[in-house]
Amino acid sequence: MTSPSPPASAAAPASEAPALLEIRGLEVVFGGFRALTGVDLTVRQGELRFLIGPNGAGKTTLIDVITGLTRPASGSVGFAGTSLLGRREHRIVRLGIGRTFQTSVVFEELTVAENIDLAACFRRPLPALLRQRRGTSEAVATALERTGLAGFADRPAGVLSHGQRQWLEIGMLIAQRPRLLLLDEPVAGMSRTERDRTGELLVEIAKDHTVIVVEHDMEFLRRYASQVTVLHEGSVLMEGDVAAVQADARVQEVYLGRPREEKTP
Amino acid sequence: MEALLSQLPIGLSIAAVLMLVALGLTFTFGQMGVINMAHGEFMMAGAYTAYVLQDWTGREAVLAALPVAFAVAGAMGLVLERAAVRRFYGRPLDTLLLTWGVSLVLQQLARDIFGAPNVQVRAPGWLDGGVRMFGSQLPYTRLFIIVLAAVSALAIWAYQNRTRQGRRMRSVMQNRQLAACSGIDTGRVDQLTFFIGSGLAGVAGVALTLIGPIGPNLGTYYIVDAFLVVVAGGLGRLRGAVIAALALGLLDSYAEFWTDASLAKVIGFAAIVVFLQARPQGLFVLRSRALT
Amino acid sequence: MTARMRGPALFTAVALLVLVVAPAVLDPFRLGLLAKYLCFAIAALGIGLAWGQGGMLTLGQGVFFGLGGYSMAMYLKLHDAGPGNLPDFMVWSGVERLPLLWKPFTSPVFAIAAAVVVPAAAAALLGLLVFRQRVRGAYFAILSQALAAAFTIWLVGQQGLTGGTNGLTHFYDVFGRDPETDGAKRIFYFVVAVVLGALYLLARQLMKSRFGRLLVAVRDGEDRVRFLGYNPATVKTVAFAVSAAMAGIAGALYVPVVGIISPSLLGVVPSIELVVAVAIGGRFSLAGAALGGVLLNWAHTTFSEQYPSGWVYLQGLMFILVIMVAPGGVAGAARWAAEAIGRRRTGRGPSSVPEPAGPTHGQKEVAAP
Repeated sequence: MTSPSPPASAAAPASEAPALLEIRGLEVVFGGFRALTGVDLTVRQGELRFLIGPNGAGKTTLIDVITGLTRPASGSVGFAGTSLLGRREHRIVRLGIGRTFQTSVVFEELTVAENIDLAACFRRPLPALLRQRRGTSEAVATALERTGLAGFADRPAGVLSHGQRQWLEIGMLIAQRPRLLLLDEPVAGMSRTERDRTGELLVEIAKDHTVIVVEHDMEFLRRYASQVTVLHEGSVLMEGDVAAVQADARVQEVYLGRPREEKTP
Repeated sequence: MEALLSQLPIGLSIAAVLMLVALGLTFTFGQMGVINMAHGEFMMAGAYTAYVLQDWTGREAVLAALPVAFAVAGAMGLVLERAAVRRFYGRPLDTLLLTWGVSLVLQQLARDIFGAPNVQVRAPGWLDGGVRMFGSQLPYTRLFIIVLAAVSALAIWAYQNRTRQGRRMRSVMQNRQLAACSGIDTGRVDQLTFFIGSGLAGVAGVALTLIGPIGPNLGTYYIVDAFLVVVAGGLGRLRGAVIAALALGLLDSYAEFWTDASLAKVIGFAAIVVFLQARPQGLFVLRSRALT
Repeated sequence: MTARMRGPALFTAVALLVLVVAPAVLDPFRLGLLAKYLCFAIAALGIGLAWGQGGMLTLGQGVFFGLGGYSMAMYLKLHDAGPGNLPDFMVWSGVERLPLLWKPFTSPVFAIAAAVVVPAAAAALLGLLVFRQRVRGAYFAILSQALAAAFTIWLVGQQGLTGGTNGLTHFYDVFGRDPETDGAKRIFYFVVAVVLGALYLLARQLMKSRFGRLLVAVRDGEDRVRFLGYNPATVKTVAFAVSAAMAGIAGALYVPVVGIISPSLLGVVPSIELVVAVAIGGRFSLAGAALGGVLLNWAHTTFSEQYPSGWVYLQGLMFILVIMVAPGGVAGAARWAAEAIGRRRTGRGPSSVPEPAGPTHGQKEVAAP
């Protein structure tokens, strides 16, 4: 997090890049409630995609399906040519998809460096884990440096503030070198300065990762997003760059809750 | 075929006892996340209540003891809840260990008050004899227990679905925070649930006096199986507890019939583990927004 | 003394106490008792690993203790009977041919290997089946307890195979020695003490490794670990199997030291008593767990003969108090005291090291949806 480069250039839409994530006709039903009703979504290699929508739009549900936490009723989820459906969560992670959660969970009794180190070692077979950690591996050092947590490396993660925990989670993800990062409301509950730092971190990460960010915070969106997908009541309302999304009447309607009659000419 | 059917009454009566013991447990576990190892000792207290009462009532002790044992065991449960357990809601492992300490003390108390040897409660005269069913004799005492279990399950069902208090209990069980926000005094509901759950243990204890002699260790014989019923039946699920008790009771009697008593328990345990392979979903809930 | 040196120094001091001082001052009978407590300490160490470090409350550790103990006892019985003969209890219960299960136990090597491998394999099988389905916390505790109940009932029922309620006892020749002699008692004591020390160091090393960190991570956030790409079921199964192997070793050592293995030593109550010992000693510390195993069994032997009723009250109350007041047990209290003294001496503010002895995992695992 050294040079705050202009976000637009960092997250340049790679329209010719191959699709990394392809979701088609995704439906999720909880009991009788249809949380997702036929979602199509394509995310290309190298993209930074924001996923927005009012409460209950199905943003987290979508992430849950991608990461194997929720089983869809129908539809397909393809990742770099392989289907993700029916795979166990840890297998999906091993395919190269990492995610954070709205409520960050870090291992409080382990040090910050140990947290990242565990994340970095996830591909090692069990016998290889029987060795003690000595020194700091390059992946861990990089993650510590990028998240600005190097000063906390040997402190237990339990002493970190809310914002720092989110960064630690992101750092743990970076250390895994995933092909796709899913961040679920990374700036929720953060102070203004923390949000700024998170934004810079996001821009930095997006340079060499494909990232999907679920976010509520409009100001954050304006500053750091380029490509945006708007979900509403379980389906994709529209897709486009920030300006187009902000100008769109339907988006304004679902966010401001203006009744339909008023809007239609 | 006849041999098959002849095991049915035996299986049913085992199931009835299990059901009586597990009914109370499933609510304290389901609503408050409390694993009450002292539940078995509340049963023992119920059984000794009948034993004490028979000095006044003679052979009719069992009937008289049912309400008294409910109150005695319920009151013990209430004390336990207020004094200790309520600090540990949602931490089942700690409550398990804590209440095990309580159960040790209660067992020793019984030993010091009533003596270590088992004692006998005489069944009422009108329960002498039995009825022939499917070629085997079903004693009236066993039949009484089956009826008692069925009535208890029905009463609980009616309480949960037909009374205001019972609905409160269900709402707390389903979503504690939401219930609290809607103005339900969850603390009071917890107390009531603990009272009723423990009271049911007392009733179970009275029923057990019909099966054989009772002693300070009475609870320990039943508590493990009762917890298995709760695990298989799902949390706080009345229907689950009833079905699981029936399944385990019948399995126990048939396994014993085909192999022998010492293998029956092993088969029962294996059956539960196999069952969990197919239906673990009822046993845990994963919420994605707030992981862990 | 720096904090780095405190651990090894303490370990050396305890080792000296156990290996030099105790044999010098204790008579053979007392030394035999201490050897028995140390056996329980080995089993407690395993529980400390599974429960304190891994969050798996195992209430069926007696099963694994028993599998180890019976493996050893079966060999000793066959050895005493001599080649081609049946063990005495089989003759009494009218068994005419040696059961198939017993045949390989004529070999001491097989018996000793089985004492470690069989409990570990049994635990691994159970662990795989239940952890894979994410059965955890209280459910796992209840299942493990039910296993202990079923196992003892089976043992009691199979009179001709297992010796029934009496178990296996009366060993006359244990690896070339009469177990009743003072010399043999002394040797057994040293073997148990050295094994305990070695297993303690092994467990410690395991907890320092990445696997150990991963185990703690699974305890505190099993689902998070899953989303780091690990399968928590594998981690838990391995830790549970190691803890079962330790219980098996404890059981195998217990047999020559005490001279009996029987169902009453392995059921629901003895299993939970082991857990009590660990809770009192300190579940979050491996040393605390082992210490608890010694302390509780010492107290049990010392008080229960003189005041049987008083002992039960004391045990129950001790347990209630530990859970309610000091979840970290003796070890947690000692650490807290040491930190308090350290603070006073240096005159600084609160120590930067956070108190790790809090029951963090217990709070997180909520039973009701």
